[in-house]
Amino acid sequence: MFIKRILEDIGRYFILMKLVFRRPDNYRMYWDAFVRDLYNLGVKSLGLVAIISLFVGAVVTIQTALNLENPIIPKYYIAIATRESIILEFSPTMISLILAGKVGSNIASTLGTMRVSEQIEALEVMGVKSASFLIMPKIAACVIFNPILIIISMFLGIVGGYIFGTSTGMITGTDFIKGLQMDYTPFYIAYALIKTVVFAFVITSISAYYGFFVKGGAIEVGENSTKAVVASSLVLILTNYLLTQLLLG
Amino acid sequence: MIRVTNIHKSFGDLHVLKGIDATFMEGKTNLIIGKSGSGKTVFLKCLLGIHDIDEGDVDFDGRLISQMSIEDRRKLRLELGMVFQGSALFDSLTVEENVSFPLRMFTKKSAKEIAERTNFCLNRVNIENANHLFPAEISGGMQKRVAIARAIVMNPRYLFCDEPNSGLDPKTAMVIDELIQEITQEFNITTVINTHDMNSVLQIGDHVNFLVGGKKIWEGSKEDVLHTDNQELADFVFSSELFKKVRRAARSE
Repeated sequence: MFIKRILEDIGRYFILMKLVFRRPDNYRMYWDAFVRDLYNLGVKSLGLVAIISLFVGAVVTIQTALNLENPIIPKYYIAIATRESIILEFSPTMISLILAGKVGSNIASTLGTMRVSEQIEALEVMGVKSASFLIMPKIAACVIFNPILIIISMFLGIVGGYIFGTSTGMITGTDFIKGLQMDYTPFYIAYALIKTVVFAFVITSISAYYGFFVKGGAIEVGENSTKAVVASSLVLILTNYLLTQLLLG
Repeated sequence: MIRVTNIHKSFGDLHVLKGIDATFMEGKTNLIIGKSGSGKTVFLKCLLGIHDIDEGDVDFDGRLISQMSIEDRRKLRLELGMVFQGSALFDSLTVEENVSFPLRMFTKKSAKEIAERTNFCLNRVNIENANHLFPAEISGGMQKRVAIARAIVMNPRYLFCDEPNSGLDPKTAMVIDELIQEITQEFNITTVINTHDMNSVLQIGDHVNFLVGGKKIWEGSKEDVLHTDNQELADFVFSSELFKKVRRAARSE
């Protein structure tokens, strides 16, 4: 029964995606929706991403410093560990998981509310390709803006590590800068951004699926928003493993 | 004119519409009445193409829905206007943006032409100084009028209303009914209204179809309703003491 439901969900998800990626009726209207979604889903997440990144960067630096407290190990290793942790995993994966909660529930509840209040039916009666008009701009907005968020997160994570590491006396500024520049692999940035783009698609499309097919009322909208966050987080973690194996394995 | 021939609709084992024939005339307010669960909303959604019909056909002025391609159906939808039970205005758009939405989506009119047409429709439904308000900032009656303005903005040939005065006070409900009737006659639209408001039946029912258990069992005008011998219809329409008195008065004339 459970397997059957999952298979049904997967089938309906792909049918929905086929409806989403259709030629727009009116490019101008899609562009307007895209700009609105870029602001609501992307720009409005900047504050949250900035605060979390700054403090997690600090925590990663402090914990690494405490674990590497050994006269044989050079202090600049703290910066190397901080840089790698933030670029490879914290910014692309953890921030995407946080966005799955924030953006995913936003998308699922917005579409779910539109469904139960007949706004989606109103679009369909008018002849609008509702799935395409409502979902495609959201996917495009997140796929384009999330990499920018993640780059900002990487920068602020490292800045947080620098500020808190040096102000607590755990590492000097010179050692931190030296560590950041040592053994740098540019591909790690590309790896992180590839992951981010895939995660952005996973978060928006799965959340849109759960929102678009809500049946019932306010309780079901809430339930489906929760399901959207859980499902997109699980798929994100699974995709993270697959991409890591593919790109770095 | 819309002619419906023997339509059937089931959801799994539940047979909701059981062979309905009906004709909805141009320039008239055609009502569909019936108890909750009689199939009114499903019937309306079948006419709109939201639900596919299992059997039978719908003829929109010589165009059979069964013979239409997907593209033809999309073109037909541009000729339909719909007023939903809960208004279904887009929360994130202002009153003006809601009304102009179909124009912006489907026409190549200039911004000035769109603004003119939008203001004309808003004036027609007596909405003033609310262009920049959001749906949550206006009353239920105003939301219904904005929904009517949005439904007529594309000059539809067919207007569908699903319980347009549900949740409104009697006076506002009457205003909405009168507005729909005026618009129907003024623009010669084929209007189909789904209702269980008996005031609407007796006020604007040019042609009334009565559904019971997914079948149409009676049709006629509002005057016919007052003089009907159909017991099921009489029990439904004249269930309150007030309407029983109205019926007795009409019959004694």
